[in-house]
Amino acid sequence: MSQKINPVENFVSGFEAIRATLAGNDLPWLDSLRRSGIGQFEDIGLPGPKVESWKYTRLRPLEDTTFRPVTLADREAYIDQVPTVLPSGLGCPRIVFVNGFMRSDLSCLDNLTEGVTVESLGAAVARDPEWVETHLGRIGSLEGQPLVALNTAMMNSGVVVHVRRGVVVEQPIQMIFIAGLTEEPVACYPRNLIVMEEASQATLVKLHAGLGVSAYLANAVTEVDVGDAAILRHYRVQSENMQATHLGSLHVRIGRDATYDGFGLHIGGRLSRTEVFARLEGEGGHCALNGAYLMKGREHCDNTTVIEHAVPHTTCSEVFKGILDDESRGVFQGRIVVHKDAQGTDGHQLSNVLLLSDKAEMDAKPELEIYADDVKCSHGATTGQLDETALFYLRSRGIPEALARNLLIQSFVAGALDEIKCDAVREAMMSKVVHWLPAKCFLAEEWTEE
Amino acid sequence: MAATLETAQQVQEYADDGYKYGFVTDIETESAPKGLNEDIIRFISAKKKEPEWMLESRLKAYRHWLTMPEPEWQKPEFPAINYQDSYYYSAPKSMADKPKSLDEVDPELLATYEKLGIPLQEQERLAGVAVDAVFDSVSVATTFKAKLEEVGVIFCPMSEAIERCPDLVQKYLGSVVPYTDNKHACLNAAVFTDGSFVFIPKGVRCPMELSTYFRINAENTGQFERTLIIADEGSYVSYLEGCTAPMRDEHQLHAAVVELITLDDAEIKYSTVQNWYPGDEEGRGGIYNFVTKRGACRGRNSKISWTQVETGSAITWKYPSCILQGENSVGEFYSIAITNNRQQADTGTKMIHLGKNTSSRIISKGISAGRSDQTYRGLVRMGPKANGARNYTQCDSLLIGDTCGAHTVPYIESKNQGAVVEHEATTSKISEDQLFYLRQRGIDEEAAVALVVNGFCRDVLQQLPMEFAVEAQKLVGISLEGSVG
Amino acid sequence: MLEIKNLHAAVDGTEILKGLSLEINAGETHAIMGPNGSGKSTLSYVLAGRDGYKVTKGEILYKGQNLLDLSPEERAGEGVFLAFQYPVEIPGVANTIFLKEALNAVRRHRGEEELDAMAVLKVVREKTKELGISEDMLKRAVNVGFSGGEKKRNEVLQMAVLNPSLAILDETDSGLDIDALKIVADGVNALRAPDRATLVITHYQRLLDHIVPDKVHVLAKGRIQRSGGKALALELEKNGYAEFAEAAA
Repeated sequence: MSQKINPVENFVSGFEAIRATLAGNDLPWLDSLRRSGIGQFEDIGLPGPKVESWKYTRLRPLEDTTFRPVTLADREAYIDQVPTVLPSGLGCPRIVFVNGFMRSDLSCLDNLTEGVTVESLGAAVARDPEWVETHLGRIGSLEGQPLVALNTAMMNSGVVVHVRRGVVVEQPIQMIFIAGLTEEPVACYPRNLIVMEEASQATLVKLHAGLGVSAYLANAVTEVDVGDAAILRHYRVQSENMQATHLGSLHVRIGRDATYDGFGLHIGGRLSRTEVFARLEGEGGHCALNGAYLMKGREHCDNTTVIEHAVPHTTCSEVFKGILDDESRGVFQGRIVVHKDAQGTDGHQLSNVLLLSDKAEMDAKPELEIYADDVKCSHGATTGQLDETALFYLRSRGIPEALARNLLIQSFVAGALDEIKCDAVREAMMSKVVHWLPAKCFLAEEWTEE
Repeated sequence: MAATLETAQQVQEYADDGYKYGFVTDIETESAPKGLNEDIIRFISAKKKEPEWMLESRLKAYRHWLTMPEPEWQKPEFPAINYQDSYYYSAPKSMADKPKSLDEVDPELLATYEKLGIPLQEQERLAGVAVDAVFDSVSVATTFKAKLEEVGVIFCPMSEAIERCPDLVQKYLGSVVPYTDNKHACLNAAVFTDGSFVFIPKGVRCPMELSTYFRINAENTGQFERTLIIADEGSYVSYLEGCTAPMRDEHQLHAAVVELITLDDAEIKYSTVQNWYPGDEEGRGGIYNFVTKRGACRGRNSKISWTQVETGSAITWKYPSCILQGENSVGEFYSIAITNNRQQADTGTKMIHLGKNTSSRIISKGISAGRSDQTYRGLVRMGPKANGARNYTQCDSLLIGDTCGAHTVPYIESKNQGAVVEHEATTSKISEDQLFYLRQRGIDEEAAVALVVNGFCRDVLQQLPMEFAVEAQKLVGISLEGSVG
Repeated sequence: MLEIKNLHAAVDGTEILKGLSLEINAGETHAIMGPNGSGKSTLSYVLAGRDGYKVTKGEILYKGQNLLDLSPEERAGEGVFLAFQYPVEIPGVANTIFLKEALNAVRRHRGEEELDAMAVLKVVREKTKELGISEDMLKRAVNVGFSGGEKKRNEVLQMAVLNPSLAILDETDSGLDIDALKIVADGVNALRAPDRATLVITHYQRLLDHIVPDKVHVLAKGRIQRSGGKALALELEKNGYAEFAEAAA
């Protein structure tokens, strides 16, 4: 472990080794897309602390661990129970991936609404390569994005969701990525594509769950196209294991009168960084990017978001709540960009963090970058500890201290969870938060159920 | 109240003035040859009759400077600076032999300051503000010296301080801003020519406001002044700084360094009205204002307060900062920055909380007009030992017109659960409703804008000493001229 | 004093005033009443010269000159005063400073000598006394943190200080309790003079109990539907505006 390795060389040679086995490798456009990805990655290398947007996050796991790309064999890990976000009783459709490959035996996609396709990237490439070609790699830019470039080179699987024009999907669809359970450190590169055609609506729930204790790298890229007047509710849970490195990026295009409503809950991972790039490209568009992160041990969680208002009369709102215990570290970098002609923009951002320990650390960089004058933009950021007065108040009413702390944390996080429009998802997320809380305070669960 | 009414009136009167400090004083000067090398540094040091240790420290800084890359992280964009195309020393010839009193100062120089509204002679007699006037590379006059010395306050040009109190200079110079800090500060450490030195002894409340007036006059000349203020235990001083330069077509570099030190229970209030020539409407000429200002609250219960009104310079790049070491020490930063035409400003502060129960407050008001671009960049860092530390930041931007930019880039780093950081920022445009309301009451559009902007800046203007507040309010009006309609 | 002929005005391309005509002579007080959305506020903004209110047809003569040629501040200088329905907050600018700026701007326009700070303060204090307004209001920033009643009183104070020839009161009674209403009305009545005219725009009759108009006009669908004496207001109070809404339809 202590031996220094050259991660870039390592990843490049990994690519050469598996290139011939990648899905759709016989398609010239796909092959050239992958090659340009690896070329870009080799040129830029891994982002270091000199890069402004990586000021607070170092990719140490990539420097001390050699990850080999996953192979088909890694797919066969034994799973006795599929981790989910929503209770199975709801009967929501789900697509399940293990170590980067889809597992039909664990998925259930029988009850999908007509006009919706949910399949693996490999299946989509095989079934309709032209459609994939017109959508893949169109929203995420490789420019200055080495991790997106790496994913573009290595992408082999991931989920493709296509909701056709005017189709309204009532039931949330779950996308579940399970990793871990390998002998040696592996890397998988899910590439997801979500296309919401005009006036369609859907709720997608994505879970990254880590089982076991082995180290792995999940380098995920998701491209989302929210067509005119479409509504996408996109809820994500990152619950990787404590050895995992999760580097995800999300690239969203929002059309006219369309709404993208995103939420991310982060409760795991040795190192996780989630980047969201959302671009409002049609008037009347709205983007909500909310999230919560609860970190302990030596976990490091980075949320970096960029919301661009490219046209007039678009709105965005962003609420992030963080809880940092032990020696964990949180990073929030949120940028709202208002382009020159984007008059009438309304954008608001809030980051609140509670530090529960003396060794925990928070770095926040909320940014406003504004080139239009008729705008209303604001951001607020706070860090602090639990409100002693509130704690005292609860205790004076007979609530034990540990429980009182949990209640206050819960209520703090609820400030972000309340932004989730779908009740079932919000409740499921809250129960994940409650489970994260120190076990000695199990009472908290009962408390909420009353 | 009468006084406040008066100031608003003056705002009105001055709203039609342009940059009125753009004149050039025709005076014979003595310059070092153009360019920068070790010989130039030896020349400067020799001119100032400096001791060997001072020359050594300059050369050490210069050699380090050669190894430093140009900074790249800031927002303003500008062509690379040709350091060899500038003069690093320029002084009025008449200053070759230091005048002993104001009566010996070249009348042309006195007239210059009179024109700038700083009548040095009258000031000495009437106004009760001690002034150190720095013209290009040298201090030309320091008023009220004798009176200050009665209470033990030392207020003199830096070059004189090196002679008079070398121990203090050696102990504190570079102790807050080391020469390795950044490229411009390093250059300053190598070539600084003059500046003010202030020492307030234990328990002394400085009996008057101290003030330095900086003036760049000569062509192609950089100004690199160095200011050092030391407030010993239980002392207090309020210090004012003003700056102007003639209108010239080429850019001139101003890379100053200011170091403040407060010991136990001491307080320094440092106010700046920066009105360097901003260049013309097309962005020709103007000062590159790359300044490093930093204060160290070394003692318990000490306080450093920065107030700045930034309306000038083609490019401003400065972050007056506080290092809060002493327990219960307090740092403040109040800023108004106005950019118009093609000006670019990247300014803000750093509050580094190291000691227990330290607190800081940041109020920043940015106004962008024309085709200017402005960035607030601020760092608040709570160190692991800063239990009970508090910060409050409020950062508001106002946009006038749709061709300017306003950016807010705060860095918030907390390593202490007992520290509380609060940051709020807003960006909005000047409201149509407000302008119409004022116009309906008979106030024309430009005056209405000036009035609204002055109101927007009120929290900061209130922090300025009276004389400065008036000047600052005028500047607000002048700087925004032509930004509406 | 004021002559409006066949006025058509549009906001964002929608025509709101559709041929409004009205004449007010010096010394008179007129009331315009009308249902919500009838164009009452549009009329006041057009008279004051607000951007975005486009006159598409007709003319407005004020003291014999074309009012539409003048900027808002020129109109103010000529003596047109609009008491806003929603007075605007100007943070950081003290009421006194604002009043001094406004008064001197208007005086300059009228070719009168400007007043220094002390003189302004004297005038302002006198007026606050006359109107029974607390001096405390002078130190506060313009309308910031003012209650609804305070804002309206502040409008009346400005009117008293600026001494206009034509005062337009846009829904000045909205949001006022009866005591505040009386103070405002007394202020307006105190300013009635043979060389001045007042236009009171209101939805309700009750203000007219205190400011008794010489004439009452009913505005609906962008035109004056009917004119009459004080009795018309009482009739409206009793029967509502339904009749006019239909008549115009």
